[in-house]
Amino acid sequence: MNAFKNTFRELLRYPSAIFGLVIIVFLLGVAVYALVSIPYSEAIRLWRGGEDVWYQNPKYAAPSWMNLFTKKKEPVSFKVGTFDGEMTKTITPASEEISSVEMIYAFDYNYDTFPQEMTLYFTTDYQTKLPFAAILWITPDGREIKITNTAVEKKTTYRVSQDLKLQKALRTEHVMEALFADPNSETPRPLKGQYQLVITGTTFESGSNMDAEFVFHGVLYGLAGTDKYRRDLFLPLLYGTPIALAFGLVAALSTAFLTMIIAAIGTWYGGWVDELIQRITEINLVLPFLAILIMVGTFYSRSIWLMLGITILLSIFGGAIKGYRAIFLQSKESSYIEAARAYGASNSRIIFTYLIPRMIPLLIPTLVSSVPGFVFLEASLAVLGLGDPVLPTWGKVINDAFADGALYQGRYYWVLEPAVLLMITGFGFAMLGFALDRIFNPRLRDI
Amino acid sequence: MSAESLTANTESAPAAKRGFGNSAAMRMVKYMGLRLLTMMVTITIGVYLTILIANMGGYVDTIMRNEIRDSTTQAILANPQFRNLTPEAKQELIQKKIASEEKRRGLDKPFAIRSVNYLRNALTLNLGRAMYMTSDHGSKEVRLIILERLPATLLLAGTSQLLLFFGSIFIALSLSRKYGSWFDKLTIALSPTSAVPPWFYGIFLILIFAAILKILPFGGLVDVPPPENSFDYGLSVLKHLILPATSVIISAIFLSIYNWRTFFLIFSSEDYVEVAKAKGLPPRDVERRYILRPTLPTIITNFALLVIALWTGFTITETVFVWPGLGITIYRAIGAYDTPVIVGSTIIYAYLLALTVFLLDFVYALVDPRVKVGSESSQ
Repeated sequence: MNAFKNTFRELLRYPSAIFGLVIIVFLLGVAVYALVSIPYSEAIRLWRGGEDVWYQNPKYAAPSWMNLFTKKKEPVSFKVGTFDGEMTKTITPASEEISSVEMIYAFDYNYDTFPQEMTLYFTTDYQTKLPFAAILWITPDGREIKITNTAVEKKTTYRVSQDLKLQKALRTEHVMEALFADPNSETPRPLKGQYQLVITGTTFESGSNMDAEFVFHGVLYGLAGTDKYRRDLFLPLLYGTPIALAFGLVAALSTAFLTMIIAAIGTWYGGWVDELIQRITEINLVLPFLAILIMVGTFYSRSIWLMLGITILLSIFGGAIKGYRAIFLQSKESSYIEAARAYGASNSRIIFTYLIPRMIPLLIPTLVSSVPGFVFLEASLAVLGLGDPVLPTWGKVINDAFADGALYQGRYYWVLEPAVLLMITGFGFAMLGFALDRIFNPRLRDI
Repeated sequence: MSAESLTANTESAPAAKRGFGNSAAMRMVKYMGLRLLTMMVTITIGVYLTILIANMGGYVDTIMRNEIRDSTTQAILANPQFRNLTPEAKQELIQKKIASEEKRRGLDKPFAIRSVNYLRNALTLNLGRAMYMTSDHGSKEVRLIILERLPATLLLAGTSQLLLFFGSIFIALSLSRKYGSWFDKLTIALSPTSAVPPWFYGIFLILIFAAILKILPFGGLVDVPPPENSFDYGLSVLKHLILPATSVIISAIFLSIYNWRTFFLIFSSEDYVEVAKAKGLPPRDVERRYILRPTLPTIITNFALLVIALWTGFTITETVFVWPGLGITIYRAIGAYDTPVIVGSTIIYAYLLALTVFLLDFVYALVDPRVKVGSESSQ
């Protein structure tokens, strides 16, 4: 414990170590939050979900914070409904059977470009007589535009810009421009101010009811934007954190410890055991690491956990064994081992309680520094199209973006968001590993 | 430098028994012979494992059989020549065709026997024919497919790796001369950037130089259509080379400089260097004779390993930049279940690795007076 404290105190002398630690702690926090807020199966369901899950999101929307960097402010998507109370709903009964339902939503529109689409989702309740809805649009300068009058079935979707009657009435195919344009401007330019959407519904039965959901597809969406399939990218970015960390940490930890244990066993027993381990190490060098991973991914399964297993299997007999072996050969001869042997300690006791613990300080820097490599390995496999088919990971997002030509089409956010996260993760571990290396490696301390 | 450990097995070779009565030459021949033998065994096992994996333990056969059945059945049913045949005759014809096609591909023998055949062919560098892939000139010879892609890989990997190798050693030497300077500190601070693989920097470079600034191409080897005269062609290739090569260099340069610098510094704090300095030798001489000379084996090892690494190319970087090299070819071969191409590239890699490790033993003996080939004290 004391040694740990001392190490920690020394770590704080290195600014890069502090930086790295902050990043790692932050990532761990995000990972825990992700796992607590979205269960594993729910994350998969959302990520695999199609239009049914994500119908309310626009396609290819950049994140909302893009407005901070651009002069031209672009509309941000939102959705409101009478269910969550953001849209006011007042019911006034007119007679025994007929009652009117008025739903109003007012919002400020202070953007410089036009939105993509507005959609209304109606949910109604009736026995035989269909309720009726009249939709009215009120612009900031007080103009009232009748959008439509329509009978509403139990589940009705009304897409404003696809209404041919409305297109005819407005004399344009670009309904959004017509609804938002400033009538006094020469060039099409949105009029800023408060818009109002008024839905006047009429129900013709007692007990009949009507609810509406108003989905506004701007150009931007949420904290992370959306992809081709309308999926909110915040999900993979958030959920990719625990996956990346799990992959990186599990691979690094198990590789480092298994390698060391194998090296210790080989050195301790010597003879054919040692010989065998060294031969396996050499054979492993001949095997093409990435090609084997790609083969496993293509032929067998792309499950991230299988990949993790293969990665560990191929990494434990790596070149590091030779390094550990040299050090174990030295400590095998030390007097404390001889003492242990003298009092009759068993082989496994000597290996696990005398040989290995002394090596752990040397192991830690290597372990920490190897994490980024594994995190990026997962991303690399995903970029090759071998990412886990069901899990939302950072690499998957990059792969999707590449497959869709995001860079050619100027959808930089799609690639940059996961890329920056990957990079931050890599830097965090690399920086901490570097500092640890200098602390535990006295030869490096002064240089 | 973990790479050192690769060749450090001199000490462990079973041949390294000290022969008192034998002459040095005999000892050396014996040692080298056994070394070659162990290496051949290693390669054989490694390649056999690769063959097993690349065939999925025989599962690729099932895929191939199904494919043969499908395509043969299709071909015969669609052929108007056979329209008049009775269904039974058609079936018979189909079965006969399938059998001959399976025989042609060697599927009539059990996998265990064929895998040994594959191994023998691979070890004798008889790379055979690809199953599905063809070279750009239409050949199915694995040798030609690999040879055709080799120049592109060597161009990318060679340019970037050589620049990287010599650049970082050169910079590291000058840094070790004045360590503690702000440039030195900057290099240390930047060395974690190497945690990020080249293809990743590739994305950023593509974004900046291709997508936003539009001054360099997104990827590929040459412009489309390729320029007519060879000068323009070369210029176009160079232009396409800039981004991938830069991404490879960026991703490794700072760590490489840092490692070499630390390595040189450790050696320059040795007593004999201090003595040389105290004697008043000029710094250049100290550097050349007292720092570079003892570090030469490591430098050579690293260089040799780099040369082998060139062979595999950068699969993912090549994919990101659509660079038509070996890496992307192997990746495509795997995607197409084209076992001969996968095994062919593996065996060449394995041979190169073994050859390099083998040669390194000699080179060590040449440059490092402490190393005596075949003696127990070689490490």
